[in-house]
Amino acid sequence: MTRVFGIGIMWAALIALPWWLPTIGGYTALGSKVLIYAIATMGLNIVLGFTGGLSFGQAAYFGLGAYGAGMTLKYLAASTPLAILVGTVVGGLAAALLGPLVMRRRGIYFAMVTIAIGQLFYFVMVRWNEVTGGEDGLAGFSRQDIHFGPWVYELTQTHFYYLVLAGFTVAVAIIWMILQSPLGHTFVAIRENRRRVEFLGIKVERYVWAAFAIAGTITAFAGTLNALLFNFTSPQDLHWILSGNFVIMIVLGGMRSFFGPLIGVIIFVVAQDYLSSITGNWMTFIGMIFVLIVLLFPKGVLGIVNRRAEAAA
Amino acid sequence: MNVAVARRETQAAMRGKGGPFLRLDNVSRHFGTLKAVDGVSFEMAAGELRAVIGPNGAGKTTFFNLISGLLPPTSGEVLFEGETITGQTVVQRVAKGIVRTFQITEILPELTVYENIRVGVETAARLNTMPWISRGRRIAIRRRVEELIDIVDLNGKANRVVGEMAHGDQRVVEVAMALSVGPLLLLLDEPTAGMGDHETDHMVGLIRKLHAEQCMSILFIEHDMDIVFGIAQRITVLDQGRVLAEGTPDVISSDAKVRAAYLGSIE
Repeated sequence: MTRVFGIGIMWAALIALPWWLPTIGGYTALGSKVLIYAIATMGLNIVLGFTGGLSFGQAAYFGLGAYGAGMTLKYLAASTPLAILVGTVVGGLAAALLGPLVMRRRGIYFAMVTIAIGQLFYFVMVRWNEVTGGEDGLAGFSRQDIHFGPWVYELTQTHFYYLVLAGFTVAVAIIWMILQSPLGHTFVAIRENRRRVEFLGIKVERYVWAAFAIAGTITAFAGTLNALLFNFTSPQDLHWILSGNFVIMIVLGGMRSFFGPLIGVIIFVVAQDYLSSITGNWMTFIGMIFVLIVLLFPKGVLGIVNRRAEAAA
Repeated sequence: MNVAVARRETQAAMRGKGGPFLRLDNVSRHFGTLKAVDGVSFEMAAGELRAVIGPNGAGKTTFFNLISGLLPPTSGEVLFEGETITGQTVVQRVAKGIVRTFQITEILPELTVYENIRVGVETAARLNTMPWISRGRRIAIRRRVEELIDIVDLNGKANRVVGEMAHGDQRVVEVAMALSVGPLLLLLDEPTAGMGDHETDHMVGLIRKLHAEQCMSILFIEHDMDIVFGIAQRITVLDQGRVLAEGTPDVISSDAKVRAAYLGSIE
C-alpha cells in the first residue's frame, strides 16, 4: 500500500514538475534530461541489475538512438515520431545483432566486450565526418511539432517535457511488465545462479541476448529523446564515459530496486547541474558522493529504503 | 498427480521395450593422466532407488557429471530410455527428464523459496520466453508451486529468502527446484551433506516419499552408510573410477572386496 502511495506521489510530482521546478532554481529541460536518463538507466538495469550482465558500453545504443533520430530529421523527413521510431529501431537492432558477441561472456569479460563495441561506434561517428559532423557533433536539425490531423502538438520546452514523461511512463510500464513475467523471472534467476538455471533446462545465452536487446532498445529510445531535447547530438553521447556514468547512476540509486536508477539519475544530474555552475571540478564531488553512498548504502539509496520497509512490515 | 501417472506409463513402456532406463556402456572420463571414471558400465531400471557409494576420489561426482551432461565422456556411450545421449547438452538432457542437484547447493540465494521454485515451474510449462501471461496461467503456476512446497514440506516458508535459510532447508529447496521441472530421473549429489540429524531425517523422508508416492527414479551419492543401507534398493560401489561391486544392500554389506576396500576403512 505504501508502495502504491509512493508511486502515486512520484507521478503527481512529475506531472506538476514544470510548475514547481523553476521555483527551486531548476528549469523544465532539466526535468526532461532526468527522465531521459531515467529511461536509459532503467533499460540498462534490465541487463545490469536484473540479469547480472555488466554492460559497460550502454552509451553506444543511447548514441545510436540519438544519431538515428537526428539524421532522420536532418536527411530524411521532418517528423518527430518518425525520428523517434527510426532511432529506437536502429539502436535496438544494433543491440540485437551484437548480442551474440556478448551473451557467452561473463563478469569482467562481458564488461570488456560491451565497452569495446561502444567505442567502435564512437569512432565511427567521429570519423564519418561528412554525415555525422564528426567531433563537432550532429547539428542542423530540430524537433518538429507533432500533427494529429488538424490538431497540432507544439513541442515547446514544456510540451516536450510531457512527451518525455509519456515515453517514461510507457517505458516503465513495459519494464515492469517484463520483470513480472516468466521472461523477467528467468532473467533474475540467471543473475542469481547461471549453473542452476542451466540445469533446470534453460538456454541461458538466449535469455542474456534477449535482455541485452531489450535494454539496448529502451536505451536507444532514451537517446532519441535526448537528441530532440537539445536538437543536437555528439560523439560524447556514445562515449564510454557516459556508459560509466549510467552505471554510476544505477549503483547510486540501487541496482536491485525497480526505481533505483531514477533516484540515482536525480542525484547525479542535479548534482552535476548545480556543482558544474559552482566549480569546474564537479566530477570530484560526484566521485565523493559516489564513494560515500557505496560505503554507507551498498545497495544504493533505494536499497536502504526498501530494507527499512521490509523491517517495518 | 498426472506426473506420477505419466511416470508409471513410461516405466511400463520401458519394461515393454525391455531396454534399461539408464545405461552407461564402458564409459571413461580422463583428466590428463587421471582416470576419474574408467570403463564403467552401469544399468538402472525405471522406478529404482539406487545409491552410489565409494571413498573420496572414487569418481562419484564425475560419474554424475557424465550422466547429467556437465562433462562429455572421453570414451563410451550414455543411454537414457534406450536412446544415446552421449553428445547431448545439459539442456537437452533436462528436456529428456534427467535433472540433478549438486554437492555444493546451487540455488537462487537472493530470491524466496516461492520464487526459486516458480522458475522451474515456468520452465516446465515452457513459458520462459513470455513477456506477459494471463491471470489463469498465473494462478495455475501458483498452484503448482504451492503443491511442490507441500510435497517437500516447506509449508510456511514460501516467502523466506533462500540465502538466509538453514543449510538443510536450502538443500530441500534445491530438490524442490529439481522436481519442479518434472524429472524422470532425479540425481542427488550427497543430499544430506553437512546436515544435522533433524535435517537429515527430513531429507531421507523426502527421498523415500518421492520414490514411494511419485514413483520417482532416484540415483543418489551418499556418504552416510545408515542412509544408504536404510533406503537404497540397490547399491553401486565405485573405487578408483571403476565399479567395485553392485547389488542389494545385503549383497554389498557381505561383499569381501567392499569391506576390505571401503567399509572397513570408514567404520
